[in-house]
Amino acid sequence: MIGLWSVPLLFALPLALGILSLLVTPAWRPRLIFVGLPLLAVASFDVLARLVVEGPRIYELGGWQAPLGINLVVDGLAVGMILMTTLVASLCALYARVYLRDYPPSSSFFWPLLWLLWAGMNGIWLAEDIFNLYVGLEVMGLAAVGMVALRATPQALAAAMRYLLAALLGSLAYLLGVALLYATYGTLSMAGLHEAAAPNVTTHVALALIILGLLLKTALFPLHAWLPPAHGGALTPVSALLSALVIKASFYILMRIWLVLGPEVTPIFTAQMLGVLGAGAVFYGGWMAWRQHHLKQLVAYSTVAQIGYLFLFFPLVTGTGPEAARLAWDGTLMMLVAHALAKAALFLSAGNLILAVGSTQISHLVGISRFRPMSLFSFGLAGVSLMGLPPSGGFTGKWLLLHSAILSGQWWWLIVLFLGGLLSAAYIFKVFRMSFREGPQIDRSVTPPLTLDVTALILASAAILIGLTAHLPLFWLRLGSAFGAG
Amino acid sequence: MSSALVFAWSGVLLFGLGLFGFIAHRHLLRRLLAFNIMGSGSFLVLIGLAQDGRGVDHVPHAMVITGIVVAVASTALALVVFRRWYRASGRTDLPEDT
Amino acid sequence: MTWNALILFGVLATSLVASAVIFLLAESRHTTRSVFNLAAAVLKLLLVGWIVWGVYQNIDYEFRFTIIEGVDFILRADALGMMFVGLSSLLWLFTTIYAIGYLEKAPNRSRFFGFFSLCVASTVGIALAGNLFTFLLFYELLTLSTYPLVVHRGTRESLRAGQVYLYYTLGGGALLLFGVVALHVLVGDTEFVPGGVLSGLDPSLHPLLIGIFLMMIIGLGVKAALFPLHAWLPMAMVAPAPVSALLHAVAVVKAGAFGIARLVYDVYGIEFAFSLGLLGPLAVAASITIIYGSLRALAQDDLKKRLAFSTVSQVSYIILGISLFGPVGTLGGLVHLLHQGLMKITLFFCAGNYAETLGVHKISELDGAGQRMPATSVAFTLGAFGMIGIPPMAGFISKWYLGIGALEAGMNWVLGVLILSSLLNAAYFLPILYRIWFRRRERLWCEGKVLGRFETSGWLLLPTLATAAFALIAGVLAGMPFSPLYWADLIVSREYLP
Repeated sequence: MIGLWSVPLLFALPLALGILSLLVTPAWRPRLIFVGLPLLAVASFDVLARLVVEGPRIYELGGWQAPLGINLVVDGLAVGMILMTTLVASLCALYARVYLRDYPPSSSFFWPLLWLLWAGMNGIWLAEDIFNLYVGLEVMGLAAVGMVALRATPQALAAAMRYLLAALLGSLAYLLGVALLYATYGTLSMAGLHEAAAPNVTTHVALALIILGLLLKTALFPLHAWLPPAHGGALTPVSALLSALVIKASFYILMRIWLVLGPEVTPIFTAQMLGVLGAGAVFYGGWMAWRQHHLKQLVAYSTVAQIGYLFLFFPLVTGTGPEAARLAWDGTLMMLVAHALAKAALFLSAGNLILAVGSTQISHLVGISRFRPMSLFSFGLAGVSLMGLPPSGGFTGKWLLLHSAILSGQWWWLIVLFLGGLLSAAYIFKVFRMSFREGPQIDRSVTPPLTLDVTALILASAAILIGLTAHLPLFWLRLGSAFGAG
Repeated sequence: MSSALVFAWSGVLLFGLGLFGFIAHRHLLRRLLAFNIMGSGSFLVLIGLAQDGRGVDHVPHAMVITGIVVAVASTALALVVFRRWYRASGRTDLPEDT
Repeated sequence: MTWNALILFGVLATSLVASAVIFLLAESRHTTRSVFNLAAAVLKLLLVGWIVWGVYQNIDYEFRFTIIEGVDFILRADALGMMFVGLSSLLWLFTTIYAIGYLEKAPNRSRFFGFFSLCVASTVGIALAGNLFTFLLFYELLTLSTYPLVVHRGTRESLRAGQVYLYYTLGGGALLLFGVVALHVLVGDTEFVPGGVLSGLDPSLHPLLIGIFLMMIIGLGVKAALFPLHAWLPMAMVAPAPVSALLHAVAVVKAGAFGIARLVYDVYGIEFAFSLGLLGPLAVAASITIIYGSLRALAQDDLKKRLAFSTVSQVSYIILGISLFGPVGTLGGLVHLLHQGLMKITLFFCAGNYAETLGVHKISELDGAGQRMPATSVAFTLGAFGMIGIPPMAGFISKWYLGIGALEAGMNWVLGVLILSSLLNAAYFLPILYRIWFRRRERLWCEGKVLGRFETSGWLLLPTLATAAFALIAGVLAGMPFSPLYWADLIVSREYLP
């Protein structure tokens, strides 16, 4: 099938570039992005164009049929995730190219790891069978652990080890679940499972294993302990990639499987439990973020909190009417994408602020608003989206979730959204308070290179813009799903 | 009990033992070994359940091969990180719990 | 995109573009920044004038696009909105001139003027919003753009004031959001229509509607400084005088009051609100605020704090007018929106002049200020008379209509509230006037700064006199076409006679 070249390219190209970057000298490694980024961008848009024009489809890799061949799914959700990945990863790569100049040559291993990470993620978004998801999860996970360990300090290594152990445990639980599902239904494809799914014991056990494994990988409260050291202690572009993209992959898988297994298998009780854990994440993460003294730790705990919002998807989509379910889908995806953009922007601008004042402590940011307004502005824009204030993607997502909650009569989630918003305002404005405080009269801060500020600003602006232009993207995201045109 | 189920239940038992070891041990190498045992358990479940009356099913074989490769890669990475950690900190376990 | 839609968007765009440009300008480019600021303000005023003329002739101005299914972003020019926009644009021009003079030699001017423009853009957005979603969007944006202005000085006091401000406004904003979403669930997109969109709903939903109304009033009441949600306002006095002038005369408090007007007239509809029994409690809340604000004002020695509590009290006149069922009461409330804006900004400008030129912040130090700064003191006197309600100042007109409206609505006790509050106003303004004009200065002025050819810098003095003149003219020429009274009458006729 020569026609749909863009689909296999999306994970084959990063894979190839990853291997290539291991073979070239460290000086050449960053330059490969000038080949990779444009090609991946074109491929992503091509896939989107085909989706809009021709509709969702299944793509058979190499023309071989399942079950021995690998099927890929190209529907609204997959394409949306691909575009999000391309945007965020491209900007983080451009950031990293400038940022890593001052780091030792060993940090150039960032580049092979980046490409592998990207390949893994694209593999996950496109996967149509649950085992392929496992492979993608592993590739992505190992690359992510490697990235955390790049900064070779003892804390980073401990964080990487902890991350690795959690990731491995999660993956194995997931694999066992997959094994049980295959044993019960004889198929790995999501379409096949959707048809065959029935509420028997093995399926429930498998679902439980899969949920637990993926919860651990998504760092949902109370299984979140590995995240703050890993995301807070890594190099800035790594933190951005991890919090924005990697953490969403396991959530994506959970979403897919939940919808595939369908309403008969997925009990409402479990859905509500996931929502309650999400609420716990929102409160605990927000509270902990407020109490942090180091900027990147604050942002990392913010990720713990924001992940919680995503888990409101499950109670709002299970056992509710079609309108409420559709709103829940729209809202969750909006929050997912907005968070990816905003969190990447937040980490990158935090990195800029840390570069400027030469310290990771929030209290050292006194008076910085006078000298580094651009970095602070990106931080602020991203913060607006995280707080769910208009006009931003976070606000539109919050609106949709509120609408869904009221419509389905699940009033208790309103409290979560209310308090969550106030908690995030608390920790975002904590940084602002410090920066507006009367500080030194002379500019002793370093000016970050322009690329660093601009990439952060682009991501932050995107987070805002997507809130205002959400209509069409949401429509595209629904193509091929149960909530789509129909 | 058919042979398939024997393999499957042994696999589950291994998985359980591995899980216990993974959580209970502090020494990182032991946790790594426990992880490998868990992996083997999962593979055993897959292989065991692959034998049904109609003959051998190749798909689980493919899955297990992939799984073994993944396990090897993960173990290799874990060992590298562990070695670096040991050299940097002198410890064989992680500072706080889990 | 029609020509009319473009002009409407242009009103919003002038301040947005101004904000962006100012942020990008280097701190040292003072002249460029001032020129840009003033040019944008004048341009906005011209566009507003054009649209006002169009609205008078019933021309439609609308700008809309879809955000998500069932939710549109709508800008629309109707009589009520244009009144608020007109006030904002006019006063923005004067406040910009004032701020340029006030902040001369102060640091962080780029930051200040950037957020200043953003603040005005938000206010314009609130005024032009055509549905609750758009209103909410700009309402929260107003919170975000005023925070940096409140904490501008960066002192511990300013930061504390900013924190309290955020607690109140973000909490209120969240409640407002809930109310808006709830209404969306019930009736879909809540576009502003005179007479409201809710009267057709099933009677079983009425308790829910009452609850939603309460939530939204709390959300709006925070900004409108309704008792007991007013506490942030006196604390926010630590901000520079142009900020206090803008917040208290134009942007924040008026946005809250305006929101309540929209809620009662264009979402619930005055008749429906009356039938649900919502207007009575609203009148009571407003009256309590009026009396409370006046009483607290009496106890203050700091001039800006006294004016702050006076604002708490005076804005509730608007809310009181809204809650009086009947065209006359509505007229009184709406016209007071304009009148109070003009008078209060004059008073704050004067307070700023006293502080900048004479170093005086406390009332007890104002002895003999009339000798030293006669023009400012005349302006202050006019403003004070207006607040008390002495004819022919504009304040008298508002109170007159409110009184008649109270009688028409059958709420005679409101008349008592009006009389009592006027007496209290006199009680806390007249002593200031006495000190300014009739007391001799015992000590020398601590800081006799020479700021210009006149008693103070021209930048500070001209806006003060201009707004005072407007306040006077609005009262004296109230009967003429295009006076505030005339315009408010237009709004009322379009609301009550659909």
